[in-house]
Amino acid sequence: MLTDLINRPSENKFFTVILAIFTVAILIGGFFLLQQMQSVKVVMTIFAVVWGVGSAALLYFTMNSIAQSLPRKFRSVSVAIVFAGPAIILLFWALVLPTFRTLWFSFFDSTGSKFVGLKNYIFAFSDPVMLETFRNNLLWMFFGTSSCVILGLLIAVLADKSKYEKAFKSLIFMPMAISFVGAGVIWKFVYAYKGEGINLTEIGLLNAIVVGFGGTAQPWLLIPFWNNFFLIFIMVWLQTGYAMVIISSAIKAIPGELNEAAKVDGANAFTIFFRITVPYIMPTIITVTTTILIFSLKLFDVVRVMTGGNYGTNVIANEFYLRQFTYGNTGQASAIAIVLLVVIIPVLYYNLKEFRSRKVLK
Amino acid sequence: MAEVRLKDIVKVYDGGVKAVDNVNIDIKDEEFVVLVGPSGCGKSTTLRMVAGLEDITDGELTIDGKRMNEEAPKDRDIAMVFQNYALYPHMSVRDNMAFGLKIRKYAKEEIESRVAEAAGILEIEELLDRKPKALSGGQRQRVAVGRAIVRKPKVFLFDEPLSNLDAKLRVQMRTEISALHTRLQATMIYVTHDQVEAMTMGDKIVVMKGGVIQQIGSPLSLYNEPINQFVASFIGSPAMNTVSAKVREEGGKIIVDEGGFVITAPADKEEGLRPYIGKDVLMGIRPEDVTVDANATQAAYIKGTIEVVEPLGDETILYISTADHQIVCKVEPTAMVKVGDELTLTPNVDKIKFFDIETEKSIFYRG
Repeated sequence: MLTDLINRPSENKFFTVILAIFTVAILIGGFFLLQQMQSVKVVMTIFAVVWGVGSAALLYFTMNSIAQSLPRKFRSVSVAIVFAGPAIILLFWALVLPTFRTLWFSFFDSTGSKFVGLKNYIFAFSDPVMLETFRNNLLWMFFGTSSCVILGLLIAVLADKSKYEKAFKSLIFMPMAISFVGAGVIWKFVYAYKGEGINLTEIGLLNAIVVGFGGTAQPWLLIPFWNNFFLIFIMVWLQTGYAMVIISSAIKAIPGELNEAAKVDGANAFTIFFRITVPYIMPTIITVTTTILIFSLKLFDVVRVMTGGNYGTNVIANEFYLRQFTYGNTGQASAIAIVLLVVIIPVLYYNLKEFRSRKVLK
Repeated sequence: MAEVRLKDIVKVYDGGVKAVDNVNIDIKDEEFVVLVGPSGCGKSTTLRMVAGLEDITDGELTIDGKRMNEEAPKDRDIAMVFQNYALYPHMSVRDNMAFGLKIRKYAKEEIESRVAEAAGILEIEELLDRKPKALSGGQRQRVAVGRAIVRKPKVFLFDEPLSNLDAKLRVQMRTEISALHTRLQATMIYVTHDQVEAMTMGDKIVVMKGGVIQQIGSPLSLYNEPINQFVASFIGSPAMNTVSAKVREEGGKIIVDEGGFVITAPADKEEGLRPYIGKDVLMGIRPEDVTVDANATQAAYIKGTIEVVEPLGDETILYISTADHQIVCKVEPTAMVKVGDELTLTPNVDKIKFFDIETEKSIFYRG
């Protein structure tokens, strides 16, 4: 019924014109009505949702009927524009435009009024604070990503042979549902340190364990350099589940005959893993790796919540945040953002390429 | 090369399902044995037990006299060709074939020469550097066979290797595998559900049904002397017609008849049929053992109406409905028949099989 309406080239031009006027009326009318509405919040919310969703649908429907009523020559192009156009406009407005604006600002001073050339970039690549963030992001990239992927792969392979596969996998996957900020709060308790003093009880889980075994409580997040790893561990805790689930589904897709052929060929479990399983799921491993790599490059929340970037744990995204919102230096913040973007683009490109070629295979 | 013995082999799956029941097969050196049967008959399970991919629940498997039940597949000196080829997709054809040898730490030159030799036999030299996905189905199957023969194993196992190929290619590969067997002089066990493959390739055929071996024999012995109705209908194409008919005695002669059928038993079968007088038996008549004959004798004839005519060129298949049954006949292409014709057929009475209706066993089976 609805598809009939959509597909039928509207022969009645009159109907289309009326529909167009009606749509515009609904759009504008609803907007003003909502602006002037003095009602209970709930009612307003319901009205806004119904009007918003409804008018979006109506807009599509009207635009489509207009497109369909055009001469056949233009029809296919105009239909494409009607359906993909809004998304493209939104993307342009919210993504492309800001990127170019950021690039523009990165050549200006802190208020965005005076052109300073490459000064902000020289800062980004030479300031000791920035160099520290680069080092830390490298740590995140290397140790965070590799731990997630290797652990995910190991768990996926080992769980695959287990009777309790579902239970194990659910347990590992669960942290995925927690936001980075939420995880930060949780792990703040794990790493909590009260310090020395009379009548102070350590409430941190990790310190409880350490003290329980006769050790001394440690200020985990203050230990230079190593505190990075304590933070990285949080990402591993959060992201291993993701790696595991994706890799596990790839492992399940390996035909059983392949393993059997390898067994008959004389391979043991070890050989099958390295020579058959891993190469077979390599595209998946690469996609997972690049995805987590991007994650660790733009990592922000964990550091922001746990240390605020202090004690040598600063990362690029956090420094960007500080420059922009705390120090109010738009120029430097923009330069940092552009650097981060430039670093991520190749990884992203590779990720998309892999993703696409994998789709083609299937 | 090797002798393979399956003694009282039983396979019971975890859920208690008995897939293979008391299977006994003696496979001689250099023999080509085909396990055949409908799907779910346990033929693949049996093969997989020989390969070591399934545990043997009970019984004993020996290769060259050595007990193999507990050995891992790699230690059984077997090679297997799988239904879906099971080529390693990330390796070139060359590496696919060399994989087993590399694992077994053969010298590089030895591996190269063996791969080259196998590629020569299978005529896939020009494909050696390709990846499996760049190959056609037939080429993939050749590579899979190549991967088996480079190993020079004691026993080759084939698990429905041709079922994914199109009909023409299947016929071609069939002859090629037969030729390969002659050339390699190896022991081969071949599983198929296709009785034509079984008949054309096997030295010895094992017919299975419901996990139980029905009959073991050469292709012709199975065709000529089926032990029961199942084997009789399974071997041969189109399948043997089986009709139930009443046995009676008339003027000293044993007559088996049923609406449209009148068969006077030949003298050598009278004795065997005598106990069935007054009862029904199953009568098996192969489509090819019937001729269209206007001057049919009163002693043996089948009357019916033609429902469908399938002219295949070299022969014509007729679907005929008699009073109570539907039967299929293969006749000369020159027979002038058309749909709706009433006709009288003369069966070759000596070739008719009689089966006990209860046990479905052949009454005249001479093992």
